Amino acid sequence: MSGDSQGERVADADEPPELISDLLAGDHRALARVITKIENRAPGYRDLVSALHEHTGDAAVVGVTGSPGSGKSTLVDKLAEEYRDQDLTVGVIAVDPSSPYTGGAVLGDRIRMASTVGDMDVFVRSMSARGNLGGLSTATADAVKALDAFGKDRIIIETVGAGQNEIDVVRAADTVAVLVPPSSGDTVQMLKAGILEIADVFVVNKADLDGADRTVKELREMIELRDDVNPVLGAGKHGPGVGSTPNDGGDEGSESAAGTLDTVGGEEATWTPQIVETVATRGEGVDDLLDAFAAHREHVAATGRAEEMERTRYAEEIRTLLRDDAAGLLEREIERRGGIGEFVDAVVARETDPYEVADELLGPLRECVEERARDEG
Amino acid sequence: MSADQKQRSIRCLVAKVGLDGHDRGAHVIARAFRDAGFEVIYSGLHKAPEEIVQAAVQEDVDVLGISILSGAHNTLIPKVVEGLEEYGAFEDTLLLVGGVIPDEDKQELKAQGVAEVFGPGTELEETIQFVRENAPRR
Repeated sequence: MSGDSQGERVADADEPPELISDLLAGDHRALARVITKIENRAPGYRDLVSALHEHTGDAAVVGVTGSPGSGKSTLVDKLAEEYRDQDLTVGVIAVDPSSPYTGGAVLGDRIRMASTVGDMDVFVRSMSARGNLGGLSTATADAVKALDAFGKDRIIIETVGAGQNEIDVVRAADTVAVLVPPSSGDTVQMLKAGILEIADVFVVNKADLDGADRTVKELREMIELRDDVNPVLGAGKHGPGVGSTPNDGGDEGSESAAGTLDTVGGEEATWTPQIVETVATRGEGVDDLLDAFAAHREHVAATGRAEEMERTRYAEEIRTLLRDDAAGLLEREIERRGGIGEFVDAVVARETDPYEVADELLGPLRECVEERARDEG
Repeated sequence: MSADQKQRSIRCLVAKVGLDGHDRGAHVIARAFRDAGFEVIYSGLHKAPEEIVQAAVQEDVDVLGISILSGAHNTLIPKVVEGLEEYGAFEDTLLLVGGVIPDEDKQELKAQGVAEVFGPGTELEETIQFVRENAPRR
């Protein structure tokens, strides 16, 4: 048991600067420990992530999502192998659901990561959703930063595409691939889940199975339909009135577009999701998939979309942190006022209502903000 | 602070090492650990010691449980210990062995750094309790 206390001492003494310098120096253990602290929201993790930020920005991040059994882990394994063949280092974050009842989880994605075992330049980390809404996407994004700062060239985020939580997770990626198993009906289900909007590349995996052609066809129709229905929305994202005022901010995006802006410019500015067929177990189509990733990367870089996405991401990150911090602050206020129980009692007894309670608890914060506004104004 | 504690979950790697295809026990343990609220990473079958070390280091597990029914524990376990030491991960990883281990080998394994050996017939609750009590606090 002396080992335990010793381990604790080492971990404590290692806190911010040394752990980060070890990570930057390429120490795998330090990288693993930083991700653990990020996951656990361990004391001091914020300083760690802050210290990481300036070292990030070099990795290309790919998100892979899809229904359970669609072959995500196998495909990620093959992608990692292909990247390694190109001498690129790889980080993988595999997110699996956890039980909402016990918090326990079996994280099985690692089993499929067989092509690159023994190669420390592929760093695979399993993360469980831990049932904490919203927190997962923050933790994943922070873990991506750790891998990025460590110097990984390519980072893959793998997650079950089963809801908003997971969709938020892959938002940390520059390029998102959605896996669709070949069987009828799934494409319609995807429309419901709103996954169409996040896919930059559709991967029809298990393309050797019956129904693959049909799935490809359905996807193609869906993408075309989207383009038809959404011309205004599509154009709106890239400056006002693509059709009417030709020179309005369309110049940067149109270096390659010699034609008229209302047609070519509109198409250039909006990425049309590609469809790639793969058989991940045999590694077929993985090259095509990498080409699609590269094409998307070039496209977003050329159209200025990459910069736009980065800015949006950081804005969202700041807002999320503020929401969390403000919520924590208010939680303290609730504690100070004797806990949530008494307020609930009053609400149940119809003495007050939730809105009034919220107003009351928010009072000190609001006063402070308003006072500041007055002082400055 | 209670919110912080909720975030913390014991992470375990349940691993099968070497040429041993009997994974029923490992599956049972993995499920029991999951139901106990642990995060379990399962290695899959036929892993080499270095693969297990790689997984344990990258996943930063608190507990490494190795299932061996082949009788090769005297060769394989020291290699795992060595690997963990190489990455500085040995000190704060609780190393457990489960499977058919003769009594005379148990002491030797413990001397090498295995915290406990769980033989056939061990109650799941006993193993879970042991992990709860001995998992390194970080």
